[in-house]
Amino acid sequence: MSIQYKSIAELKKMLNNNEISNAELIKETFSLVKSNAEINAFITLNDEESINKANKLDDCPSSGSLAGIPIAQKDLFCTKDLKTTCGSNMLSNFIPPYSATVVKNLENAGCISIGKTNMDEFAMGSSNETSFYGKVQNPWGKNLVPGGSSGGAAAAVAAGIVPAASGTDTGGSIRQPASLCGVTGIKPTYGRISRWGMIAFASSLDQAGPIARTAEDCATLLNEMCSHDEKDTTSLNEDIPDFTENLNSPINGLKIGIVKEFDLSKLDNEVVKVFEESKKHYESLGAEFIEISLPNISLSVPTYYVVAPAECSSNLSRFDGVKFGKRCESPKNLEELYIKTRSEGFGDEVKRRILIGSYVLSAGFYDAYYKKAQQVRRLIKNDFDSAFKSVDIIMSPTTRGPAFEVGSKGDDPIQMYLEDLFTIPANLAGLPAMSIPNGIIDNKPIGLQLIGNFLDESRLLQAAHNFQISTDWHLKTPRGIKS
Amino acid sequence: MSWETVIGLEIHVQLSTDSKLFSGGSTSFGAEPNTHVDLIDLGLPGVLPVANRGAFHKAIRFGLATNAKINQTSTFDRKNYFYPDLPKGYQITQMALPIVGKGSIKIEVDGEEKIINITRAHLEEDAGKSIHDLFDGETGVDLNRAGTPLLEIVSEPEIANAREAVAYFKAIRQIVTFLDICDGNMAQGSMRCDVNVSVKKSDDIELGTRAEIKNINSFKFIEKAINFEIDRQIRILESGDSVVQETRLYDSVKNETRSMRSKEEANDYRYFPCPDLLPVVISDKELKEIKDNLPELPDEKEKRYVEELNLDLSEAKIIASSKTMASMFEGACAKTNDSKLVANWLVGDISALLNKENIDIDESNLTSDNFAKLIERISDKTISGKIAKSVLEEIWETGNDVDQIIESKGLVQIQDESLLETVAQTVIDNNPSQVDAFKGGKDKLFGFFVGQVMKETQGKANPQSVNKILKRLLS
Repeated sequence: MSIQYKSIAELKKMLNNNEISNAELIKETFSLVKSNAEINAFITLNDEESINKANKLDDCPSSGSLAGIPIAQKDLFCTKDLKTTCGSNMLSNFIPPYSATVVKNLENAGCISIGKTNMDEFAMGSSNETSFYGKVQNPWGKNLVPGGSSGGAAAAVAAGIVPAASGTDTGGSIRQPASLCGVTGIKPTYGRISRWGMIAFASSLDQAGPIARTAEDCATLLNEMCSHDEKDTTSLNEDIPDFTENLNSPINGLKIGIVKEFDLSKLDNEVVKVFEESKKHYESLGAEFIEISLPNISLSVPTYYVVAPAECSSNLSRFDGVKFGKRCESPKNLEELYIKTRSEGFGDEVKRRILIGSYVLSAGFYDAYYKKAQQVRRLIKNDFDSAFKSVDIIMSPTTRGPAFEVGSKGDDPIQMYLEDLFTIPANLAGLPAMSIPNGIIDNKPIGLQLIGNFLDESRLLQAAHNFQISTDWHLKTPRGIKS
Repeated sequence: MSWETVIGLEIHVQLSTDSKLFSGGSTSFGAEPNTHVDLIDLGLPGVLPVANRGAFHKAIRFGLATNAKINQTSTFDRKNYFYPDLPKGYQITQMALPIVGKGSIKIEVDGEEKIINITRAHLEEDAGKSIHDLFDGETGVDLNRAGTPLLEIVSEPEIANAREAVAYFKAIRQIVTFLDICDGNMAQGSMRCDVNVSVKKSDDIELGTRAEIKNINSFKFIEKAINFEIDRQIRILESGDSVVQETRLYDSVKNETRSMRSKEEANDYRYFPCPDLLPVVISDKELKEIKDNLPELPDEKEKRYVEELNLDLSEAKIIASSKTMASMFEGACAKTNDSKLVANWLVGDISALLNKENIDIDESNLTSDNFAKLIERISDKTISGKIAKSVLEEIWETGNDVDQIIESKGLVQIQDESLLETVAQTVIDNNPSQVDAFKGGKDKLFGFFVGQVMKETQGKANPQSVNKILKRLLS
């Protein structure tokens, strides 16, 4: 029986019923990776160790809740003794001596990390076109981008290679590729998942999360990924509920907010139609829609493009050719070591953001840009706080449209930055948000975004699961994928 | 019109925590290069800092001891610049909201007291070390020191000359060693300072343009560097030029300061709040606990020594000024009642020995137990003061027990007056001409007779008894 497109829940059943052995599952996974190599979803494979682990599980079964489940790790999570590039030439030779907490958590639950997924360089991009290791194809179309930055992760799940992948979301990097590849992804509340071992892009916005085929699987994964970690002082010391507990509770009476300021009239008719149909479906499930106002929401993108580059310009300073990663050939002096190493090691988008970030933090501009952006960020957070007094969740399209063509936004960074228009606000406010497939336009999937209140992932997952058990958008698979 | 100097000091105090400010890496000095470096110190991708609360407690002790405002919520910022011994490309420091706010400290120069105000004291991580002379054409980097907690203490520009600057530095050193927050070891770089110097005409209100002299680590060099810099700036101003705002280095071999970089070349550090660290909040309870456990400071000790132990002010000052001296004093006093005698010996003979060898009292063989015993043996007249000196010298050499030294060398004082009288009579009988001269009015010869008796008894005679007996026999 094929394992392609199976959910975690289904694979667990197959393993439990001995329909497939752990070793067979992993071997088949790698055979799917190979037959779909042109998707370019992976930078590094962990085949030998994965097969060893699977064999061990066959010999000595484990009680871990995710025992034997193959998972693809985004290549910005440090994995001990396994190359971690962050999609960059700069780290093309970097083999971490330690593993990220979230990787450890998943592996402790029995997951097998089969490889490292392709991504936009240092998670900066919305199309996976900035990776040093080549573009990732969207399984729904050879010339379509998979979104980014967790493009490899979303593509690997969409092609049915793995049931789950880890991702990170700084401005939409889980939700946007999930939307463009027709899969489900959630970014939990900032601080739910430890950032220890996650290579930082913008520390105050970065949050890890799962990409999977269903909301139910996302809940199962979140149960293992979340933890309070003393190694990360921004990690939340809050109770972690069983996120699967309320999945099947009905949602009648759920109050869903529609953001007045998200002007959908500027979107393509088809996109609006898909969104309206989802609203109707939620109404049929007993939800109630309330228009809410987030007065400062229009400032989200500019605010984000001050805060994120500022933090990235500092976070990426450690890549200087001195201690790890790439170093340029025979520099004449220290200055040349820095300039050549960083010029050769970083791609254009990373350089652009380092420049923006250095500029907004520089003397004389700090108050006008960085400080102002932090103030606006606070206002946006306040907007959400008051909105959540009258609604349970907030709903919008995840993206302005379905997947776009490779190269179509390459020349215009602003157009690319606007890709994250709907997703950025949740990062600025630190709120949980997810994307679920809710339609197909011209044979291209598109997603619906649900934003929840602080720590209220359970309610998001419940709303998503209720949608998925009564629709089949999440079950659609692309054509032409090799088995 | 005379020139007036304005000086401000930034003193970096290495806090004596076991682990680093943001990692579990060890802070001990002198290890093989790059052996006290963990993932965080190395700034590996993906690592995160966790603030060491112990360093905060030490900083708070300093704040409380200098009557400073303690900011119970303080934050960290990043100071961004590239240098090979700065692993992350930024230093984590406290720019906006330091743990210690405004405070002050008393200094004394030539018996004159002066209060120097302290602007702030903040925590930051130290950088590693670049090693330029070990590798041909290349620079080595040792990150052992990277991440070591520093308390940077910034004074107001209220210091008027080099001697005040040294007195201020010494006062800070005294406080941090008394508080047990720093070992005060300047040779190992546990305390270093940057000095800001400017000069102006006495009646000018505005400060002159300043130069900053970086990284000086001895009292002597602070004084010399400041004096050089004052002369240099006055010379420039008197020739009609103006001083350039810049960072300078002091060259102790040539005794001069040299330009390192001008203001134009200075880094724009692009400070911003460190997003990896939440504000550190110190609770009222925590603060009170630190306050309650604050040790007695030099001023308080001095006062207590004078008022309760009847020491002279000058003695009290000397003993209270050094932590090791004060603890030797207090240790000995706990075991003997004669605190005045303890003080006399400490300030007198013991200080002389320490000065001669240029060591600190805790580096000597003297323990407070043995010292107390020595004082006891003087008080109970087992040995004379003079013999005690030789016992002290023996302790200094060997560290042996006082009683053991007295016994093995037969140094017990002769108290037996009939025995002493026999010796004294013999001395008188053997020196008739001196007796005649003494009786003829040469009073000074009395000492000769005392000396002779002492010589005959190998110094063991009780001097008071000898005096008494000789006076009687010679009258």
